[in-house]
Amino acid sequence: MAFTVEMVRLSLEKLNVLIEEKREYLTDLDSAIGDADHGINMNRGMKHIIEKIRGKEYSDFGGIFRDAAMTIMSAVGGSAGPLFGTFFMKIGQKLIGKSEVSIEELAVAMQDGLDGIMFLGRSGVGDKTMIDAIAPAVEALRENSSDGDSAAWNKAVIAAELGMKGTIPMLSRRGRSSYLGERSIGHQDPGATTSYYLISCFRDASVEG
Amino acid sequence: MVGILVVSHSLSAAEGIVQIALEMSGGSGMVKIAGIGGNDTGGLGITAQKILDSLKQILEHSNEVLILPDIGSSILSARNAIELLPPEDASKVIIADAPILEGALMAAIEASLGSDLLKVAASAGEARNLRKTDH
Repeated sequence: MAFTVEMVRLSLEKLNVLIEEKREYLTDLDSAIGDADHGINMNRGMKHIIEKIRGKEYSDFGGIFRDAAMTIMSAVGGSAGPLFGTFFMKIGQKLIGKSEVSIEELAVAMQDGLDGIMFLGRSGVGDKTMIDAIAPAVEALRENSSDGDSAAWNKAVIAAELGMKGTIPMLSRRGRSSYLGERSIGHQDPGATTSYYLISCFRDASVEG
Repeated sequence: MVGILVVSHSLSAAEGIVQIALEMSGGSGMVKIAGIGGNDTGGLGITAQKILDSLKQILEHSNEVLILPDIGSSILSARNAIELLPPEDASKVIIADAPILEGALMAAIEASLGSDLLKVAASAGEARNLRKTDH
């Protein structure tokens, strides 16, 4: 089994549905420590992505990830636009010309995407951001790729969920929540939550179809 | 000449800052100063795509551009927009490490003197040290 361009499309379709469903929840999380627009922004961004990619033929990962990246960058006027945009863009650039890769190769490309996010946000693990969900997931995917795709994806989802929950006790060091200082402690980061959803949707599309 | 791009979450804020900076740069119209902000639905926020479009426009008239972003996602989107420029243009754009209003003012004055991008960026950065009271 491998990871295909069609799985990317399916993952994004699933993420669109899930974000729509969780929009209010994400907005609630964001109103506690951010500016209460994350759910609305992601919902708009994903809708635009789906409009762009639905029915379009893609011969490689480069094309679909680039479309997703450019669309979310044009549609979302919050940090999620440039950050998720960069994540998609870097993955696409790494996998350009390919339409099917192993989970290990995908993990390497996702690491590129993660590095792009860290550079753009001048941020790392432990700052209470999306990185806290994505970084452990990518690591789990890479380290468990030899155990089969399902096992690797399941471990990646568990790692992302733990990472997301791990943001609750953290002191925010990035974004609007960082202005709150100690008062940011005790709240789950909305960006990490969306990132957990993203990893889950990639898992579901890859394993369940 | 160095052009200046003011990037705010709010279009009114950006336009107001541009108005003040233009006035301070002698009003000769020599320095190109643009201000963008707000999203398509009239709310706050700015996209990388909008910044990218503005950068391309300014680079048609100016050799280099200094971006003055406000906070948070404006800064991320500005970085992102520079990455999306062709490499030969990306090297002509810098993000100022400066307060947006005072930085835009200082940059406009420096740019009106015909200084290069690094000098204009440095002047904008000095705006951080402008004292408003002595206590």
